[in-house]
Amino acid sequence: MISIKGLHKQFDQLEVLKGIDLEVEKGKVVVVIGPSGSGKTTMLRCLNILETPTSGVIHIEDQSLDFNKPISKREIPPFRRLTGMVFQSYNLFPHMTALENVMEGPVTVKKNNKEEVRKKAVQLLTKVGLGDKLDYYPFQLSGGQQQRVGIARALAMEPKVMLFDEPTSALDPELVGEVLKVMKDLANEGMTMVVVTHEMRFAKEAADEVLFMDGGVIIERGKPEAIFSSPKEERTKQFLSLIQ
Amino acid sequence: MFLNSIFADPERVSRLIEIAKNSLQPLLEGAIVYTIPLTLISFICGIILAVLTALARISAIKPLQMIARIYVSAIRGTPLLVQLFIIFYGLPTVGIVIDPFPSAVIGFSLNVGAYASEIIRAAILSIPKGQWEAGYSIGMSYPQTLKRVILPQASRVSLPPLSNTFISLVKDTSLAAMILVTEMFRRAQEIAATNYEFLLLYLEVALIYWIICFLLSIVQGRLEKRLDRFVS
Ligand SMILES: Nc1ncnc2c1ncn2[C@@H]1O[C@H](COP(=O)(O)OP(=O)(O)OP(=O)(O)O)[C@@H](O)[C@H]1O
Ligand SMILES: [Mg+2]
Repeated sequence: MISIKGLHKQFDQLEVLKGIDLEVEKGKVVVVIGPSGSGKTTMLRCLNILETPTSGVIHIEDQSLDFNKPISKREIPPFRRLTGMVFQSYNLFPHMTALENVMEGPVTVKKNNKEEVRKKAVQLLTKVGLGDKLDYYPFQLSGGQQQRVGIARALAMEPKVMLFDEPTSALDPELVGEVLKVMKDLANEGMTMVVVTHEMRFAKEAADEVLFMDGGVIIERGKPEAIFSSPKEERTKQFLSLIQ
Repeated sequence: MFLNSIFADPERVSRLIEIAKNSLQPLLEGAIVYTIPLTLISFICGIILAVLTALARISAIKPLQMIARIYVSAIRGTPLLVQLFIIFYGLPTVGIVIDPFPSAVIGFSLNVGAYASEIIRAAILSIPKGQWEAGYSIGMSYPQTLKRVILPQASRVSLPPLSNTFISLVKDTSLAAMILVTEMFRRAQEIAATNYEFLLLYLEVALIYWIICFLLSIVQGRLEKRLDRFVS
């Protein structure tokens, strides 16, 4: 499903990703953990091409981009459509209602029929528990509700893979559960997901695999139980002792 | 002393009232036929120019950036009256003859374009980067994100300063009198030249400008309220 080979990302002098290799099978949920600045966000953004990798090859479903050679601007949008991105700070469109936020992609990008898009958008919002908030503007919604709209907006484009960048870390603790529940439901439906989060509960209950990143490389990977209870690497141990 | 001399002379008072009344029609006509259309047309052209200039300034294309910069700098660094004179009195010497009204439209549009482009540029830059990324992440292109996500938000941010630009423009159109556009102020000059009641006519024309700008500021307030509905 996803295959990353030799992914490097450099910002000016700073090398943030130092050769990431990763395979994710269809329907699997991968949780990425690691200290601040280790490159977790950058890796997700490279998958969504919000950052252009310095080098490496990314393969998703039946498409691939080889960043070892120059790529044309036109290759990016179709590739980007394979992944849906959920941001830490939601990034909803503040001038659109929840429904309009979800409809925007299919209407503007896919140019689908508006009525059909509306029906599907209502279904999606109902699925994330916001069927009664269709016409609310983002500022009228709580953080948890906004993030669920964000998930519905990404799902509306029917991505093959969902990417989550600390989707609950900006939320008040009592709102975290409702977002995680939506994500677990998605996982159970067989969505392929890459999730950066420090919610151990989510990792234990929903992840097929946990990756520990530090200093721009993947230090260790394995089943959640294995990583959390008996990490092999010293750095993983240190990190886990800090957050648990 | 002046007031004394007026009120000491009831005949003069009634003459002034008479002149004020009679001049109202040509003045308003000047406003409706020239001042207001000149303002509206120049503002619309100016805003289109301003958006293009703002986009050129934030684009990654160096020559475009450069052209936009020079344009803004040249317009902001020279007096509006001089610009109008260059267009109307200067260009004919190289064979380009433009009528007074279109000359004024060109001058004012160029002016609004430069000033408003800075407002619009700042407004676009004030929209969080995450909004661009959210647009891109659902597959939108640069123009789509700009049109659907960024500009609607930027227009809200830039509405108050742009309304100020508009109100200033209403007043600035009086400069068109200097290039023979028979707008409101020029009419006042012409009428005053026949009866020498300069103070009366210039006060009268000032009052009309004031009323127009006052009404506009009310519209501005309403618009801002309406556009505020999607922010807390
Ligand atoms: N656009 C950028 N320009 C320059 N440096 C950047 C840029 N984006 C990220 N970095 C740097 O790259 C490094 C990794 O950042 P990244 O956001 O990927 O870390 P992270 O693992 O997501 O951390 P956190 O847990 O704090 O979110 C950091 O040192 C950051 O300062
Ligand atoms: Mg991060």
